[in-house]
Amino acid sequence: MSLAIRVIPCLDVDAGRVVKGVNFENLRDAGDPVELAGVYDSGGADELTFLDVTASSGDRETTYDMVRRTADQVFIPLTVGGGVRTPEDVDRLLRAGADKVGVNTAALARPALIEEIAERFGRQVLVLSADVRRVREDGGSTPSGFEVTTHGGRRGTGTDALQWCAEAARLGAGEILLNSMDADGTKAGFDLELIRAVRAEVEVPIIASGGAGAVEHFVPAVEAGADALLAATVFHFGEFTVGEVKDSLRAAGYPVR
Amino acid sequence: MTSRVVVFDYGSGNLRSAQRAMERTGAEVTVTSDPRRALEADGLVVPGVGSFSACMASLRAAGGERIIGRRLAGARPVLGICVGLQVLFDRGVEQADPLEEDQATQGCGEWPGTVERLRAPILPHMGWNTVQAPSDSVLFDGLAADERFYFVHSYAVRTWDMVPLNPRTPAPGVAWAEHGEPFVAAVENGPLSATQFHPEKSGDAGARLLSNWVSSLP
Repeated sequence: MSLAIRVIPCLDVDAGRVVKGVNFENLRDAGDPVELAGVYDSGGADELTFLDVTASSGDRETTYDMVRRTADQVFIPLTVGGGVRTPEDVDRLLRAGADKVGVNTAALARPALIEEIAERFGRQVLVLSADVRRVREDGGSTPSGFEVTTHGGRRGTGTDALQWCAEAARLGAGEILLNSMDADGTKAGFDLELIRAVRAEVEVPIIASGGAGAVEHFVPAVEAGADALLAATVFHFGEFTVGEVKDSLRAAGYPVR
Repeated sequence: MTSRVVVFDYGSGNLRSAQRAMERTGAEVTVTSDPRRALEADGLVVPGVGSFSACMASLRAAGGERIIGRRLAGARPVLGICVGLQVLFDRGVEQADPLEEDQATQGCGEWPGTVERLRAPILPHMGWNTVQAPSDSVLFDGLAADERFYFVHSYAVRTWDMVPLNPRTPAPGVAWAEHGEPFVAAVENGPLSATQFHPEKSGDAGARLLSNWVSSLP
């Protein structure tokens, strides 16, 4: 009788189309986010996250349309992140049917954005997305040794990652989406050291992201303090399923839906 | 006959999801702030997200409190969701600045009790949790005890003391959930029902609950 550990597939979308390969059998259109959302919903996903990588703001309308069509068919929580800069952006996404909105770079540039969003819509809508890596030897230092990055992990900011997560939670973030840029793409497992370090700093839920490569990788992330687990490629390429991840969590004694 | 449901639009909540989930039950759904339509619908849904005080202020400004009161006086069903449940209680106490005194806001007062911050190590309470429903529940009819519903909130009603002294007076049905401590997850009290979780975001279990409510409409 307690809160279930959430398993969350993440879809990268560009101008309303899924990018960064999805390889499912029996899909009519592997690029259609709405169809994929339906597949993950039936597969037991607890939430869905769309990461909008649309570069041109002129194409943002396609994003709203995609959110609308997904929310019309999928009755689990939907988070949309990428390119959110103002409370008005949040308003448009929520009106289209998003339940939560991910904020990343814009909050780093102007932390007051977190307060503005939380005040207007409630902190439960705000997922602070942090792309974190260990400070490089030639890149100065931060108190914790972890720094926040921008540009998909390519640029360090010199901002201490633990301090930033704590600050964001204090300002009004309802959740931290913790992306380890060191683990991302390695398929060697989640960044347990980072999860443990952030867990010690914040009392809001942590979604661990980056590094998942095998079913066995998920339980250690929960032991390290994650409340939810996000993965993309491994699910999209059918290497294993959301259901298999949940079986492993259940076997370890964690509640799942 | 198809039930006519109004989702009350007073500027709070993800109304689109509530509308679509309600439509799935076969009901004819309108999203509106029009008081007359809200009064005359077979069922009125009162959603709500964000803070108690902000929700209550918008609800009052839209005449919602009177609409709810008048509907109940005529035994016309109302369903509150999330903060839409919370505002039905006496008051909400929100933790403002840690250095200042807590702020209390008056609610609709349909039920006694206070909405307070949950005592749990991790807040918000965000995700899928189980609910202990009374055995004669209409809302949870046909739903297994291990079904999970989607919650997202930091505040809740932690005690329920509306127990009738006269044994012949029907007691409201209260469902409980637990996060750090037990709290009220749903209430069924004659025409007035409410859930702290989001049935419109709770997949098939939530759809069943909404169907149960729509089927119970006169």
